[in-house]
Amino acid sequence: MSDFAPPGDPAIPDYGQASDCVINNGAFCTDWFISQWSTVFWPPLLSHIIMVAIAVSIGFVIAFCAGLLAYRKKWLAGPIGMAATFLYTLPPLALFQLLVPFTGLSLLTVEIALVCFTLVIIFQAVLVGLSGVPDDVRRAATGMGLDRNQLLFKVELPLALPSIISGVRIATVLTVSITTIAAFVVDDGLGSPIIKAVSSPFNTQFVGAGALAVLLAFALDGLLVLLGRVLTPWTKARS
Amino acid sequence: MDVIFGAFPFMIDNVGLLLTKTGDHLVISLIPLLAAIILGVPIGIWLGHAHRGEFLAVSVTNIGRALPSLALIAILIGFVGIGMLNAMIALFLLAFPPILSYAFQAVDSIDRDLTRAARGMGMSPGQVLLKVELPLGLPMIIAGIRTSAVLTVSSATIATIAGSGGLGDVILNQVAYGMEGVVAGAIWVAVLAILVDQAFALLLRVSAPAGVKRLQSTNAG
Repeated sequence: MSDFAPPGDPAIPDYGQASDCVINNGAFCTDWFISQWSTVFWPPLLSHIIMVAIAVSIGFVIAFCAGLLAYRKKWLAGPIGMAATFLYTLPPLALFQLLVPFTGLSLLTVEIALVCFTLVIIFQAVLVGLSGVPDDVRRAATGMGLDRNQLLFKVELPLALPSIISGVRIATVLTVSITTIAAFVVDDGLGSPIIKAVSSPFNTQFVGAGALAVLLAFALDGLLVLLGRVLTPWTKARS
Repeated sequence: MDVIFGAFPFMIDNVGLLLTKTGDHLVISLIPLLAAIILGVPIGIWLGHAHRGEFLAVSVTNIGRALPSLALIAILIGFVGIGMLNAMIALFLLAFPPILSYAFQAVDSIDRDLTRAARGMGMSPGQVLLKVELPLGLPMIIAGIRTSAVLTVSSATIATIAGSGGLGDVILNQVAYGMEGVVAGAIWVAVLAILVDQAFALLLRVSAPAGVKRLQSTNAG
């Protein structure tokens, strides 16, 4: 029994030889990253993107409607804005934990918290964009015989679009960041490989997942910039 | 609901623990914040005064915004290791961009007519900066500091995974403190973030010159 197992012993499978980088625990081992991509990195990345997409779309719909409402009924802007600012000061981790007693350790908890954070930013952006439409333009449109809905959809919303898109950009990037923290509540998203590996001495897993989160934020931000260019071709022509 | 109400007896029983953790929390969040203010405000003001470096200010902000705090701390563990230093570097990187960009925009966006009028009255560029641009830009500079302050105080909770202490220790240690402790810690951090935010808002109210205050009240009214 004291002898080492001979090569090919079925009891101790041959896992092959790890690379120098993995053995010496370098800050980031590319070969390990590539070999573990399909199991450790890709599934969390995908679920991360899905969580962000759900949160931003729900947040956008709610915030957009709230923004329109607050724009029409001016007195609503103060209270909604205050509630939004209060939500924004809550630390994400604290908000996640405060929701757990009500909705459990579930995706619902995560999405509620994420939507709360996107709401604040997109709501402000919609309101700022709409209030920024010059009065002259509004009067000219009314003078041309546009009714309130036409004014909103043909004049005010297109002019508010750049501000709305920049709001969505900030909200998306912020959501990518907060979704990593969601891993404290559900075992999903890019935060989960980070949290699992942080207490171990092996670097590549959390450095790699962290880098992926940063890259994802940049990629989504870039996509939204492109979307903005496509949706508002006139801003480019003006400047 | 029981858990939420259970948090309050927990707070009363563990005031000592929570206060010690709050002390740590303030140390790891306020030191990077101060460093970011000392470095970011002058650079932002100088760039804004010269009306230069818009690209720099904007791209620093965009990059800073895209950095997920947890990812940043994780990456830094690979390079700096575990401990307070890691958390402070990460929090500094989070706090710096908003302060820089707000300070830049505060000075850069001041009505050019005003600065030209000041120059025409015979003020030197230094006087224009100190007597016109700084007082007018102050509200926005403080707004940037407030944004960063809230961000650092709330991100400092996550810094606990780098072993830096603070209130995150309580929030993330359900095994030791129970759900009541977790909720109590969460409420405590939320209140702390709001208090820090309000402290800086108060600073603005105290430090703003009378003219700026009048300007703000007419804008608000």
